[in-house]
Amino acid sequence: MSAHFPALIVVSPLMAAMVVAILAWVRPGACLPLAVVTLAGSLWAAAGMLWRVVVSGPFAYHLGNWPPPIGIAYQIDHLNALVLTAMAAVALVNLLATWRHARRDFAERVNYFYALYLLFCAGTYGIIVTGDAFNLFVLLEITSISGYALVGMGKRDAALASLNYIFMGTIGASFYLLGVGYLYLVTGTLNMADLAMILPRLYGNKVVTAAFIIAMTGLFMKMALFPLHGWLPNAYSESSSPVRSLIAPLTTKTMVYVMVRVALYVFPVDFSFGHLAFAQPAVWLAVTSIVAASLMALSQTSLKRMLAYVLIAEVGYMVGGFWLGNRMGMTGAILHIVNDAAMTLCAFLAVGSLRQQLADDSFKALRGAFRRMPWTMAVLVVAGLSMIGVPPTCGFFSKWYLIGGALAAGQWAFVGALIFSSLINAVLFFRIFEIGFFEPFAASDHGHPPDLAYAEAPATVIAPMLVTAAGLVVLGLLTGRIVTRIIDAAIPAAIL
Amino acid sequence: MKRFALLAVLLFGALLVYGTTDFPDWGDPSSPAATHVSPHYIRHSLEETAVPNIVTAVLADYRGYDTMFETSVIFTAGLACFFLLRVFARKAPDSRLYRHRATGITLRIEQGGRLPEGAREFERIDSQWVPYDLIIRTACRLVLPFIQLFALYVVAHGHHSPGGGFQGGVIFGAAVILYAISHDLRSTLQMLPERRTVLMSAGGVLIYAGTGLICLLLGAQFLDYAALAGILGVDPIMARSHGIFIVEIGVAIAVMAVMVSLYYNLASVGRFDEGL
Amino acid sequence: MTAAGYINLIIAKYNYWIYIVLMCVGLWGMIVKRNLVKKIIGMNILQTAIILFYVSIATKKGAALPILAHHIGAHRTDPATIINPLPHVLMLTAIVVSVATLGVALALTINIYKRYGTLEEDEIHDLMRNA
Repeated sequence: MSAHFPALIVVSPLMAAMVVAILAWVRPGACLPLAVVTLAGSLWAAAGMLWRVVVSGPFAYHLGNWPPPIGIAYQIDHLNALVLTAMAAVALVNLLATWRHARRDFAERVNYFYALYLLFCAGTYGIIVTGDAFNLFVLLEITSISGYALVGMGKRDAALASLNYIFMGTIGASFYLLGVGYLYLVTGTLNMADLAMILPRLYGNKVVTAAFIIAMTGLFMKMALFPLHGWLPNAYSESSSPVRSLIAPLTTKTMVYVMVRVALYVFPVDFSFGHLAFAQPAVWLAVTSIVAASLMALSQTSLKRMLAYVLIAEVGYMVGGFWLGNRMGMTGAILHIVNDAAMTLCAFLAVGSLRQQLADDSFKALRGAFRRMPWTMAVLVVAGLSMIGVPPTCGFFSKWYLIGGALAAGQWAFVGALIFSSLINAVLFFRIFEIGFFEPFAASDHGHPPDLAYAEAPATVIAPMLVTAAGLVVLGLLTGRIVTRIIDAAIPAAIL
Repeated sequence: MKRFALLAVLLFGALLVYGTTDFPDWGDPSSPAATHVSPHYIRHSLEETAVPNIVTAVLADYRGYDTMFETSVIFTAGLACFFLLRVFARKAPDSRLYRHRATGITLRIEQGGRLPEGAREFERIDSQWVPYDLIIRTACRLVLPFIQLFALYVVAHGHHSPGGGFQGGVIFGAAVILYAISHDLRSTLQMLPERRTVLMSAGGVLIYAGTGLICLLLGAQFLDYAALAGILGVDPIMARSHGIFIVEIGVAIAVMAVMVSLYYNLASVGRFDEGL
Repeated sequence: MTAAGYINLIIAKYNYWIYIVLMCVGLWGMIVKRNLVKKIIGMNILQTAIILFYVSIATKKGAALPILAHHIGAHRTDPATIINPLPHVLMLTAIVVSVATLGVALALTINIYKRYGTLEEDEIHDLMRNA
């Protein structure tokens, strides 16, 4: 059975989603346990594949028993397996932490929420394991459509935010499809490994250049790199909290993974980094993204929107670190995919838990939060420290690699942007901590304590959050082992 | 803003046109796309899958995994519309119209009113009531069986002529929607209730994925139909042909159910009481 | 390039240019138009243009449909006489994807109309700001 993990990890959430949709009409109580069991199974399969890759190297899986390029092939290597394990863990922990909130937010539709959740996860896992460029497009669309539906079911202005998300997401996916079409036109194949073999012969072909630029633009749009980030703040702040803490860690990070995969394993390395002179503008774009997003985060008055802009800045880290072109920068970028997924999950879980109890979304409502919700705020503190980059949390280590890579490549602007962003994050989070902890009952209340009628979240919500917060520290401590045994093997030898 | 957008779009167009200068000529049989992978499909698909329609063979066998996800995409769309639009609240609508069958007198019941006694003689009609049209109703009732038969023909003949699961499923769904438009939504809901459409759409995708899973449990790769040879009692190549047919049936059921479900949700805005 | 060269270039590539123009039209409609339904139509035009682009990759001069039962004789499986089936297969999937996206977009538009009573984006922004 373990030889079939690459297919099972995608197919079992898919079939479970169908079964949940049927059970919702027949036996509603069984939907949540089925979803949890399926996601736990997927995590186990992902960990099994990671183990197999680390021990015996990359392997392939041919669907329908047709060899590539005739059929579709899945290729599991170090990069795949690491990102897959991280995403599977995030999806499972999120479901365990937020099912209560989901039940409150969605009432009688909650079983369809589980079905869409499982479809979203199936699509995400598929994007990560696939080795076929068109299969990636189809899975991208499954993920996107279930994401649009999940976001659209929030409160107030969620429908308009989701519609704008549809527009920008469709343009991004269509650009990717067009890039694949251009590549197909001059190579005749869709399989990624086959493309990597044929493309070096096509050096200097204008079609390949156009394909690269179009596909990259589409991916930048889907990962919300400035200035194509317009959909993200609205979509993330208007959706309901179980959806937000699912989509925020998974969507943009998966798109960064696709960018790494396309630029390293489909197009030749010296084409992406040498021939095309794409790397330097990409780094400048990343610098602009980090600075602009950090400044916009400063001006927000709502906790959710502030975190959304911090997220956009994190995407800038990964894009800039990757396009530095040296091994240290790429290690930082790939490490940051995993770390940022964990940090984002941690932060948004804490914010979701706060939001369920607090009156509204402004900073003022956080007064005295440390006293009433100590565990939730502790988790938020750990997430904030990780985003600022304080050791031993994982955020410090990926920043370390990114700054080291930038210094080695002489990209002083990127170094400056990273440090600037860390300072801004420090200001943002310490402002929250100050309001939550130190701000006494302000003079405007005339000495009366504010109406702290809310209580701490229940234990079933706190436990997964604490696991995530502990995971941030554990990931930080395990950085050395992750880098040497997995990420080093994931980057091609041609990168120095 | 408009000028900036125009500039961006023109830049995009210019980039694409720049790329076309190195394209192979249109219709060139020696272009890379025509000489790399597709000749294998053209030369060998009949002997490997026993299906003369190469497009169906590629769609459901060589690239069958993509098609499974395509069916899931359509299922996701149906599920998403249901999730977004369905209104479960049992709030009475503002006014309901009833028509007495024998005499044709129309009643309007405002909110909070009750139906008069002898309610079985009254039938509910839509708020945007259109006069009973004998010609439309009779013509549609006569035509519908032929449309459905044609849909089944398209599904079954996907091996030998253009057709297959998606096309047949859409035609069948269109037949049901024709009934809903020519008559009204409530009688269509009696014929094909909401619960059955959801079960059918999930069931169709499960047929597809289940076939692949059976192949996996029999020891072969996922979606390797040759493994079904033992169960079906034919040689592996015919088993591929039968496997393609089974998954096409699954696709047709799923697509038909989703088309109908989409119509139900969009036309009645989730309330499932009145349609277009 | 000579005049004959230019004419050859146009004949060889004009279909792709038409589809690129369609894509630009769809993209422009999505970005510039303020009515939500017009934006959705623009999205559909963009996706349809990409589908047509792929399908036009598949043609071969003088070739026939990829259904082997209709061919007789030695030309039965000669790749030069049968069009490329792979882009058609890919675009069956892309059509379904565009229909699914359209369905979800329309459902969201219905929800927006239920909430705001209008489908013009600037009016919706005014209502949101004044709410």
